Amino acid sequence: MIVKMRNPNREVEIDRSMAVGDLLTTLDLNREAHLVIVDGQLVPRDMVLSRDSVVEIRPVISGGSL
Amino acid sequence: MKCRVCRGPAVIDVRRHNANFCAEHFVKLCRDQVAKAISEFNMLQPDDRVLIAVSGGKDSLALCDILDHLGYRVEGFYISLGIGEYSKESRGYVERFASQRDLPLIIDDLPIDYGFDIPHGSRAAKRAPCSACGLSKRHLFDEAARKGGYDVVATGHNLDDEAAVLMGNTLHWHTEYLGRQAPVLPAHDGFPKKVKPLVRLTERDTAAYCLLRNIDYMVEECPMAAGNRHLFYKSALNDIEVSSPGAKHSFYFGFLQRAAQHFADAAGQEMPAIRACSQCGAPCSSETCAFCRLVDRATAPVPIRMKPSRSSTKVKT
Repeated sequence: MIVKMRNPNREVEIDRSMAVGDLLTTLDLNREAHLVIVDGQLVPRDMVLSRDSVVEIRPVISGGSL
Repeated sequence: MKCRVCRGPAVIDVRRHNANFCAEHFVKLCRDQVAKAISEFNMLQPDDRVLIAVSGGKDSLALCDILDHLGYRVEGFYISLGIGEYSKESRGYVERFASQRDLPLIIDDLPIDYGFDIPHGSRAAKRAPCSACGLSKRHLFDEAARKGGYDVVATGHNLDDEAAVLMGNTLHWHTEYLGRQAPVLPAHDGFPKKVKPLVRLTERDTAAYCLLRNIDYMVEECPMAAGNRHLFYKSALNDIEVSSPGAKHSFYFGFLQRAAQHFADAAGQEMPAIRACSQCGAPCSSETCAFCRLVDRATAPVPIRMKPSRSSTKVKT
């Protein structure tokens, strides 16, 4: 599957299927700080992503002046 | 995963509630949490005119959508900060959102209206960019609320923001700031009432809410925020949250319920007398307010450093 990440923009290719939760663990990404999106839709932690999926992992943490 | 409410397919898990939700019931959860915060902290009255500080990011746009849905009279206020492409893009997100939803929108433009932008102004004033940005936004929100006769200014600060600030203030024992940290700041001495209706929602909640409501928001981070210490605190708190779901909520709301009162005296002792700024008339604690001083320093002519020529430095003997 192709995994697109932001801030900075980059892509990672993973050649096996896996569940959303496992994908975040594999990429060492905090589940509280990211959403996983497929075809513009939010997908749950237990959904299994196929090898040919195109996945966006969107960070949700923003900073700056408070 | 099944929705806790309807048992249909869930799209998101919310571990601090130990529950999963479908799209419809997650959106309802977010709105209910905001309504609960408004009621619990007496933030808004039904007929209030509410000025919402909007940035184009997920929090402020979600806040507009939720308060509008809850029936409040809301208007947006955007400040163009002159941070290159980032400011141009964020303004586009705000204008499209406002146009699609008929949201009345006020726009201030720092470079046009005040003659400086945050990158150059903060350097000239020898302030951190986030410090100059925060100072400018607070001043201009206050001014817009005062001039426009709004009852209250609402900002998109969420649970992660408040827990990160609390962590920073606690690590350094800024007791005067701890005494003032609250989801509602009452109007006083010419300053408008300020409220944070998203304090019961995390950043993950507001981002998911925007996705599910088809709210297009600016995902890119402000380039000036890199290295900001609040990002570090948020990351540390999320590491704790993974191991201990609900930790951020307990930290912040536990502070409000059981600790904040103990710092009230420290906050009161540090409150200086308020008077009018000699330049703009805004309430402040010194002859000239901090924003006018920032404008003065940011727009002052830059002195040209003349390097003495070899001949002029010769001493005639």
